[in-house]
Amino acid sequence: MDFDGLFSNIGTLTTTGLTQGAIYALVALGYTLVYGVLRLINFAHSEVFIAGAFAAIWTWNGFGLDQDSSVSGLGSILFYLLVAMIVAAIASAGTATVIERVAYRPLRRRNAPPLAFLITAIGASIAISEAFGVYTRRLPQGAPQLVSPKPLFHLFGVPIDGVQLLTIGAALVMMICLDLFINRSRTGRGIRAVAQDANTAALMGVNKDRVILMVFIAGGSMAGVAGLLYDVRIQTLTYSVGFLLGLKAFTAAVLGGIGNLRGALLGGLLLGVVENYASGLFGSQWKDFAAFAVLVVLLMFRPTGLLGESLGRARA
Amino acid sequence: MSDTEQTPAVPAQAGAPAVETVARREPLLEVDHVTLRFGGVVALNDVDFTLYKGEILGLIGPNGAGKTTCFNAMTGIYQPTEGQIRFRGQKISGKKRHHITKMGMARTFQNIRLFPEMTALENVQVGADAHHKTSVVAALLRLPRHWKEEREGREKAERLLEFVGIRHRMHEFARNLSYGEQRRLEIARALATDPVLLCLDEPAAGFNPAEKEELLQLIRQIRDTGVTVLLIEHDMRLVMGVTDRIVVLEFGKKIAEGLPVEVRDNPKVIAAYLGVPDDAA
Repeated sequence: MDFDGLFSNIGTLTTTGLTQGAIYALVALGYTLVYGVLRLINFAHSEVFIAGAFAAIWTWNGFGLDQDSSVSGLGSILFYLLVAMIVAAIASAGTATVIERVAYRPLRRRNAPPLAFLITAIGASIAISEAFGVYTRRLPQGAPQLVSPKPLFHLFGVPIDGVQLLTIGAALVMMICLDLFINRSRTGRGIRAVAQDANTAALMGVNKDRVILMVFIAGGSMAGVAGLLYDVRIQTLTYSVGFLLGLKAFTAAVLGGIGNLRGALLGGLLLGVVENYASGLFGSQWKDFAAFAVLVVLLMFRPTGLLGESLGRARA
Repeated sequence: MSDTEQTPAVPAQAGAPAVETVARREPLLEVDHVTLRFGGVVALNDVDFTLYKGEILGLIGPNGAGKTTCFNAMTGIYQPTEGQIRFRGQKISGKKRHHITKMGMARTFQNIRLFPEMTALENVQVGADAHHKTSVVAALLRLPRHWKEEREGREKAERLLEFVGIRHRMHEFARNLSYGEQRRLEIARALATDPVLLCLDEPAAGFNPAEKEELLQLIRQIRDTGVTVLLIEHDMRLVMGVTDRIVVLEFGKKIAEGLPVEVRDNPKVIAAYLGVPDDAA
């Protein structure tokens, strides 16, 4: 164990961890929203993320940018980021909507048992992943370097670069928007009502199908933005990365308390930081081990996660 | 029994003229020879009655008589095995619940079913939201109409909380309200959907006499705003005090129907409630 390595790099490990964690958190929100309303783990959500990540890269390709291109000028960087972000959010929300319509709604109509939902979720996930795999000939797709990984400034002696700033900033903004949407808007009120008691909500005139659709769209948009941030950070995308990332985001959602929006944020950030501390301490090959070991240990003591379950309790 | 006659809600004119007015009124909810079977159990057996616009109808019967089953069939939760239930002339079965609500039927629950993690105000707003017309897109774009509806919904919710007497508690979570306040909140939430018909499932359960009296007044006030009320209750005094007509169920069958005074003196009803055999009554 390399305690010296951990302590001398603690600042960098924390910022890297928070950046990675912000991406987990954005994806985790999708799991938690769908679970809160449907009591269903949407395992195909990892592919919702991948759809956004590919959409962003293909948008840049459409502008003639590939992995060797570099863009200068703050205006054009922001333009490319914003356009790709919108396209990625739409692509992911669209994918999520299609999954709900094709894989889940027909089962709901026929009162299928929970196991049927689980296996269609896994089926849909693999089918979509393979479709992207075949289409990209299983080759990694390169993204242009839009944001320089060089440090912009130092915070308490820790270098902060533009990618980290963008990732954490975007995740926080999305998170605040979602929180306001759920807690303040009429649709959000309907979502919370269905999450707390679906039958009573229907009797009060809430259209459950519409609420479910909104939840998939909201969760999908978050995942789309996460996909874009992933591209900006890693600058390369393989069709199969969704699986592990999705699993970790799901872990983050459970860590924070599934169904709980603020829990998803906390779980995501915590998981990112723990992973990075573990790689500092034991070496990076232990990263994934640490992520899931933390899950197992934490759930032993707090079976409902850090902040507890329930979408209704999203209001702190 | 004589004390029930002194309860204020059975006025002197509740005799023959009331029957005439009821007969001329338009039917709101028709339970048309409904039979409901669960496997071999017959929960409702050829039950047939009509609820007219503007009245307070009591549905009573001993425990297990099929009151709640009947209620659930009327609100579209159970599908009748035979016969049909029509609300404002349209068949209820097969309709989605939120459609039935939009058609103007609202209900409360015997075991309170609020949204516990929402404030009292939000609970009522959910009911008020049912009639909003702005689309999601308009809401996201924050169009003026959306704001107007949102503001109106909130004002309406506050008015209704005032009406049921718990406006001062509107920012409390529903789960933190007292039992009586929760029952009132359920009524306010149901009223927020702008019902033509309000179905109350044992609204007085667990109330003390003073609270029951307040509830009676609230129910009358609701009727005076033009809402038809269906009241399920097994507290005979409460039912006698507030209803215009009463339907009595026993073992899934209708055994009596009529004005409170008629029903009260009906030997079959007395037998059902007191367990006296028919021949002795």
